[in-house]
This record gives sequence, C-alpha cells and structure tokens, in this order.
Amino acid sequence: MTQGDSTIVRFEDVSLHFGATAALDHVSFEMRPGETFVLLGAAGSGKTMLLKVAVGLVRPDSGRVSLFGQEITHLREQDLFDIRARVGILFQEGGLFDSLTIAENVAYPLTNQRILRHADNSNGRGSPRSIDDRVRESLSFVELEETVDKFPDELSGGMRRRVGIARAVVAEPALLLYDSPTAGLDPITANTIIALILKERDLRNTATIMVTHRYQDGHLMANFRYNPNSGQTERVERSAKDASQVSTRFLVMNAGRLVFEGTESELQASQDPYVRKFVRAGGA
Amino acid sequence: MLEALKSPIEAFQEFVLLSIRALRNIVRTPHYADDIFMQMDVIGVGSLFIVSLIGLFSGIVMALQMARALTQYGAQGQVGSIVAITLVRELGPVLTAVLVAGRNASGIASELGSMKVTEQIDAMRALGTDPIQKLVTPRLIATAVVLPLLTIISDFIGLIGGYFIASTMLGLTFSEYWTTAWQALEYNDIAQGLLKPFVFAIIIALVGCFYGMRTTGGTQGVGRATTRAVVSSSVWIFVLTAFITYVWNRVFVKS
Repeated sequence: MTQGDSTIVRFEDVSLHFGATAALDHVSFEMRPGETFVLLGAAGSGKTMLLKVAVGLVRPDSGRVSLFGQEITHLREQDLFDIRARVGILFQEGGLFDSLTIAENVAYPLTNQRILRHADNSNGRGSPRSIDDRVRESLSFVELEETVDKFPDELSGGMRRRVGIARAVVAEPALLLYDSPTAGLDPITANTIIALILKERDLRNTATIMVTHRYQDGHLMANFRYNPNSGQTERVERSAKDASQVSTRFLVMNAGRLVFEGTESELQASQDPYVRKFVRAGGA
Repeated sequence: MLEALKSPIEAFQEFVLLSIRALRNIVRTPHYADDIFMQMDVIGVGSLFIVSLIGLFSGIVMALQMARALTQYGAQGQVGSIVAITLVRELGPVLTAVLVAGRNASGIASELGSMKVTEQIDAMRALGTDPIQKLVTPRLIATAVVLPLLTIISDFIGLIGGYFIASTMLGLTFSEYWTTAWQALEYNDIAQGLLKPFVFAIIIALVGCFYGMRTTGGTQGVGRATTRAVVSSSVWIFVLTAFITYVWNRVFVKS
C-alpha cells in the first residue's frame, strides 16, 4: 500500500494476455477523487477487461493495480471483498440475479454487507427496515419503484440496465464503474441512462469510469451536469466548462493499449486516425 | 505430447482447487443456511419420487431374476437375503447416485453455467460474495446430506418390491422374507452402503459446480457444460464404487 496515496484507481504498466492475445498491454493511468473517465474503444480492445482488472475480478500478468490507495494486485479474494464493497459496478449484461426479485437484487449489496459484518462479529449497520427504505429510494432514483416485486426477465433491456444502476448506487460507493451502459439501447433510453449516471455522479460527487463505444455518451458526461434544483440535466456554463472538462477525461484503447488520454478538447484535436474515428462517428 | 496434456492437467488442478475451497468453506463464515435448505429441497424432495420408483423396480427385478435361479436349487427362501445384500451394498447407492447425477449434476451445471455466461457470478464477486461459499458449498452440503437419505429410502422401497415378488410368485410369508433379508445384512454392509452415497454426493456436487463455474461460450456452452457434468459424474460413480468395494473388502472383510 502506498501511504498517503489519494488516487482512486492507479494502473502501473499493467499487462494481461490470453494466449498470444494481449487484453491489456502495458496500461498505465491514475484517477483522482471526483474525476470522470470515459473509456472509448472498439469491441475487443480491452475496455471491459480493464474494468475487471481494476476491481480484482481478473488478475493481471504483470504490473500493479491500486484501488483507493491500496495495491490489490496480489490480494486474496477474501481480502478484496471489503474493498469491492466501496465500488458499484454496472455490468454490460446487467448482471442481475435472475432468481431474485428486483427488490432483492437491489438490496443485495446491503444484505450481503450485513452478512459479512455479522460473520466478522461486528454490529450490523442496517436493520431490515432501513434496507427496505434504501432499496425503494434507489429504485425511485431510477424511476422504477413499481417493479419491486418483478423478476429481471419481466423487464425490458433498458429497465434492467436502470435496475443495474440502482443496485450499483444503493450502497453509495466511492467509485462507480459502468460497462457499456448504453449498448444495444435506442437513443432515447440511452440518453435516459446517461442522465441517471450524470445525476448519480453530480449528486454524490462519485468518481466514475464509463466504458462505451459511443462518443456521444462521453460528450454528455463532459458537458452536462445534473441540477438538483431543477431536477434536470443542463449544459455546463461556458465559464465553468474548463473545470468540468478537466474532471472528465477520455481514454481510448486499441488492441489492449491505451492510445490516448486527455480532455475532450484534446480528443477532438487528436490527429491519431484511430482516435479520430470515434470523434467523427460521434459527429463532433 | 506435453502440450496435449496441458489442458486436462490444468482442468484437474482447477477441480482440486475448487474442491479444497468448497470443503474449507464448510467451516468458514458466512454460512448460507437458506441456500443449503433450498438445495436440500430441490435435490432431496425433488428426487424422492423418481428415486423411490427406480428403487421399487430394481427390487422387483432383482427378486424376479433371483427367484428363477434360486428355485433351481430349492433355495427360494433366500431371495430376501440376496435382494437385501445386492441393494444395500451396490445397486441402491449406485442407481440412486446415477439418477441424482442425471437430475442434479445437470441442474447444477446449467444453473451455474447460465449465471456465469450472464455475468451473474462476476457480479456476485464484485458485490463482495464468494461464489464458492454462496453457490458451491451449499450444494455440496445439501447433496452430501440428502443422497445417503435418498439411498436409504430407495433401498427400503427396493426391499418392499422384492417382498411383493417373493410373496406373490414364491409364496414366502412376511416373516420368512424380512427375517432372511434382515439377518443377511451386517453392519459392515450398511456402513458400506452409506459411505458410497456420501462419496458419490461429493463428486456429483463438485463435478456439477466445476463444469458450471467454468462455462464459456453462451447458451451452447451451458449445454456442453451440462452434458459433461452428467457424463463425468456418472463415470466417476462407477469408478469409485469399484474402488471403494475393492478397498472395503481388503480392509474390513475377513476371508
């Protein structure tokens, strides 16, 4: 562990191979509290693997990964559970437990933390009632309160994604990872999802990494803010825009390598043909 | 040659590691008691009818086959003892285990396989749950508890099936049949007949979980994992029954 390390996530020369294929190739970056990272890249470029390595779901072949200032590269699975409890993840496929109701799915991080705390013989934080309240609050956040007793397969793809967000944010994590939250959704639903991600980020100032192949998603993250007074997402004022762009950084991956890291302005100015493809496809 | 051996050796290593972690978790917290009881219901109560049916007909078939052979020697009175010994030592444990393997190793592999390909197992790990503790250990404990119980039920119903044939075709009385059946059994046979389902249960649960947890390749992968789990656990049941019988006879049976 690095003493006094204020980074949320740090990758130092991280590589991961599957056979001869490099999923991650000497990847290095660091993320500080309150920052938003938008991770762009073609399918199979290693974006999802980067997220999985970041929370220790997959171990790298070489390099060092730190989460909340603690090196996790060689930690045992059991020791990772407490650290992961501070991270919320939305999986590409939703990752909802299909044998549990929506309420049980959303409550899972809370009930599970309670089980672990009881196992450690320490006092539980939440009573069943407060868990129920927090689940309803979280489902209300994604505007799906009416689905509590339904099962995941009774919901549409967009609704499942929103329930995934509710589950990711219910424990109020310090870091949120979104794996292709808008993949396969129509533009209206995709914008709803991005608005929810913005809302969570700006209400709680949560550090956020969003994997996407759509430049538009990153553009929204960099240029829009949730206004709690109006309850709407609004374009950032020109005077504040520079500051917001600094806190939203773009990373572009190609064949496991990090080929770009910078602000949206720098991304738009990049002459790299691979990077340009994403900006052009986004219509910028 | 070495390259060809690499994959099966890696798979075996993974299986051993999974088994060690699953067994170690039995004494570790947290315990998921609800999951254990739910699995007992699925595996035990769910298999009760089919196991009873197969037990009944295996007893009937054993009695029919033995009746013909024993009548030639005028020893038809011994049908109870032969049915009891065959069922308790071998047929009961093996047939029950093969049925449970077909029904539950496949069920476990397909359930866990579906969870794996839809990222539910990754989600579980990400949410701070050890999937081996939550998914594998409860299935292991539940199978290890209910399979010996199912075997006892199957053996008993098989004996009833044997009695039905003995009384209707051979004219044996209730006490003639049950006395010879009871007297034929030694503690040694009963211990062997309970050890086997216990060992088979461990194999069925671990093989089903192993193939489920390493499923890749979408729904086709789930199908492959299910087939492999059933074939592999069934083969292991027959290999292990031969091994246990051999060792048991060498160690406990005085010739």
